Amino acid sequence: MAYSLTVNGKAVSADVDGDTPLLWVLRDTLGFVGTKYGCGVAACGACTVHIDGQPMRACQIPVESVGAAKISTIEGMAAHPVGKKVQAAWMELDVAQCGYCQAGQIMSATALLAKTPKPTDAQIDEAMNGNICRCATYVRIRAAIKRASGQKEV
Amino acid sequence: MTYHDLKANRREILTSVGAGGLTLAFSIASKAEAQDDTVKPLNAYVRVAPNGKVTITAKNPEVGQGVKTMLPMLIAEELDVAWEDVVIEQADSDPKAYGRQFAGGSMATPLHWEELRRVGAVARAMLIQAAATAWNCGPGDCATVPGNVVHKPSGKKRTYGSLAMACANVTPPDPKSLTLKDPKTYNIIGKPKAQYDVAKIVTGEPLFGIDVRRPGMLYATYEKAPVFAATVASADLEAAKSVKGVRKAFVVEGDPKAMSPGPGNIGQGLMPGVAVVADSWWAARKGRDKLNIKWNDHPTSKQSSKLFAEQAKAIAAGKAQRTARNDGDVDAALKASAKTVEAAYAYPFLSHANLEPQNCTAEFKDGKLEIWAPTQNPEPGRQLTAKTLGINPDDITVHMIRGGGGFGRRLANDYMVEAAWIARETGAPVKLLWTREDDMAHDHYRPAGFHFFRGGVDAAGNVTAWHDHFVTFGEGTTMAPSAGMSAAEYPARFVPNCRLEVSTMPLGVPTGPLRAPGSNALAFVMQSFIDELAHAAGADPLAFQIKLLGDKPTVGEPPAAYGAARMRGVLQAVGEMSGWGKTKLPMGEGMGVACYYSHLGYFAEVAHVACSPEGAVKVKKVWVAADVGSQIINPHGALNQVQGSVLDGLSEALHQAITIEAGRVEQSNFTDYRLMRISEAPAVEVKFLKTDFPPTGLGEPALPPAIPALTNAIFAATGKRIRSLPITPDMLKA
Repeated sequence: MAYSLTVNGKAVSADVDGDTPLLWVLRDTLGFVGTKYGCGVAACGACTVHIDGQPMRACQIPVESVGAAKISTIEGMAAHPVGKKVQAAWMELDVAQCGYCQAGQIMSATALLAKTPKPTDAQIDEAMNGNICRCATYVRIRAAIKRASGQKEV
Repeated sequence: MTYHDLKANRREILTSVGAGGLTLAFSIASKAEAQDDTVKPLNAYVRVAPNGKVTITAKNPEVGQGVKTMLPMLIAEELDVAWEDVVIEQADSDPKAYGRQFAGGSMATPLHWEELRRVGAVARAMLIQAAATAWNCGPGDCATVPGNVVHKPSGKKRTYGSLAMACANVTPPDPKSLTLKDPKTYNIIGKPKAQYDVAKIVTGEPLFGIDVRRPGMLYATYEKAPVFAATVASADLEAAKSVKGVRKAFVVEGDPKAMSPGPGNIGQGLMPGVAVVADSWWAARKGRDKLNIKWNDHPTSKQSSKLFAEQAKAIAAGKAQRTARNDGDVDAALKASAKTVEAAYAYPFLSHANLEPQNCTAEFKDGKLEIWAPTQNPEPGRQLTAKTLGINPDDITVHMIRGGGGFGRRLANDYMVEAAWIARETGAPVKLLWTREDDMAHDHYRPAGFHFFRGGVDAAGNVTAWHDHFVTFGEGTTMAPSAGMSAAEYPARFVPNCRLEVSTMPLGVPTGPLRAPGSNALAFVMQSFIDELAHAAGADPLAFQIKLLGDKPTVGEPPAAYGAARMRGVLQAVGEMSGWGKTKLPMGEGMGVACYYSHLGYFAEVAHVACSPEGAVKVKKVWVAADVGSQIINPHGALNQVQGSVLDGLSEALHQAITIEAGRVEQSNFTDYRLMRISEAPAVEVKFLKTDFPPTGLGEPALPPAIPALTNAIFAATGKRIRSLPITPDMLKA
């Protein structure tokens, strides 16, 4: 059936089975391919999106459960007051190696900073531990979060 | 280099990602600006648009190692163009234009350092010649400043853009005839550059193999046997097809050669399985769940990690199958040693675990096949696909798409052959995507291995005897892929009495290169056993390592020459950086040192760990001293590679093992095959020593010594010697 969704502030519609995970609706039906598939079991964080501002793993959310909640993806972060700062920090420090996990990292980091503008190292660990970076760019991820929050980077 | 050094160059970083600050659309806008089909390219790599924008082709596959940015830097430097005016385009697989195109062996730098600078120099010489012709002067009267040719006597200038058209009439000079720049004058090489695709990465634009879309494209999933290469006995294709959105479900018999369990064959071709093709990937998966596949028995269904370990022990108790090296008299030297040590080491199979699961998109139309593949090795993929499908390789085009991690996994092209086969059977463009579980169950694993050591030191702390019986996988003298060892493996040639023996066991598990193949395991065993001998001798491990390297600058002849002086240099440097021997550490903490030469790079590393009585390991910091020659091409990328390699090594040592039981892989996802998380990642301080050697690569050589630096630090902290990986709390409990 057709589901009405709000993605990055725009109303969209997806005609899919209700049990289809939001990840695949975003990627294959709606074309928001910035959200990545990594594990399918909420173990890697590559598919992190915001549901009403909360970081969630899109691979675990059946589209029928979304309802009227507002979905934000990496494609919407340039228009997000915190997200754009996080993206800028990620660019300035050129955090990525392969880059595959970084959309999920940026989504988790944005949700962290929206709630906790000046996170401590322990708060960064807690908020970001669900996001695997296989290239292990963790030194730069931490530095970029510090930078985006206006804190000393090292 | 540390972050502080990079910060001093922050302006440079900003400049390279967009003039005047952050322009998230940088690469797209520039690409459009640089488009002009009226101007002939200067050569296969360089095209100058009338507006002065220069398009440079990146020849090799990009999987996160940074070559899409780094290789064009070499061309841009000698072309003498401003980096802001450079647009980078990814090449397709085209060996006629670009030669070998692959991402492996940390070879991009050593293979291209000279060649691609000369490509840039040739293009610059052509622009100078075009200007000289216009000015009616000799090329000797001309010089360049970035983007312009200058007439020296008058100071007149012509932009490259205004000369590009006239270059069509200029004969390119012999690259060897040109004088390259003095490195002191470099504007681009040695200056930190952001990855060219950084804006696309942070905004989530389509970039990776998994993001490829074609008009009318369908989605495929492909199930293979958990026991490698077992064939399909039955499958309920009709049940799969009854799922909404499923278009096709069919058995693929596969290539008989891919099924033979001999080394070098298994997994290299089309493995048998069942394909499900649907309107969406989720529908294909749901269809797959209904297949109820029965697999035929296979000769490898009895193999297990446990049996391999038992078999290795039994082999080691007897006579080795083969002696690879026998210097002096090991047995006599052991008898005469002041101290002797015996130890058995083991390491497990490992998976590459690329975060982007294997995938490939293929379209078969009118006898021609077009492929979009995140591959590290396109040309062998094209050949394998041609052979398997029985079509002419010239009828296959391979587009190289950025891969979400390589680590050696994408040197194999199994996913490419599968996608091509399924697309032809389907008669529509198809994107094949493996599940995470498929990816973990069907890797080309880092082979497990077993080493049985005896070693001796004299009263003065010299290593007098070294005996390693390496039990590995293969048949006779043919090793399973990435399961071999060089007869010159260090410390061979540095120990007067040295015997290296090799025995093999047959294996029905696909193996292949994992980042720093061979070295990622051998560094652990060799450098740990050297550390054992240092402690047996009562010596400081760092001083012992330096002494073992002797006093000669190099030992052996190319290509197996070992730069002993270079290794002593990095060991001394890492000792200074880490405050080795000067830091008083609390109980339960320790520092360990290790060094390793691989991929033409010399690395010494010190790890500082804290171990709890419950057996938890916390790595507090790692110091790295590296010697990869005279020039770091992109310091920003170089630092990222080294830090990532070190953490990758720690992640392997602390967490990872693929185990085989009943012929199949037991792990299935990141829940039971763990990767390091941010909370575990220590700071990694890196220093590059510049030496008078040609620059070499950085994708791999920092990884191997990280593992023994860690395990040697654990010994210093706890007195527990780690002889098998991964490290478990049980090994460390007080």
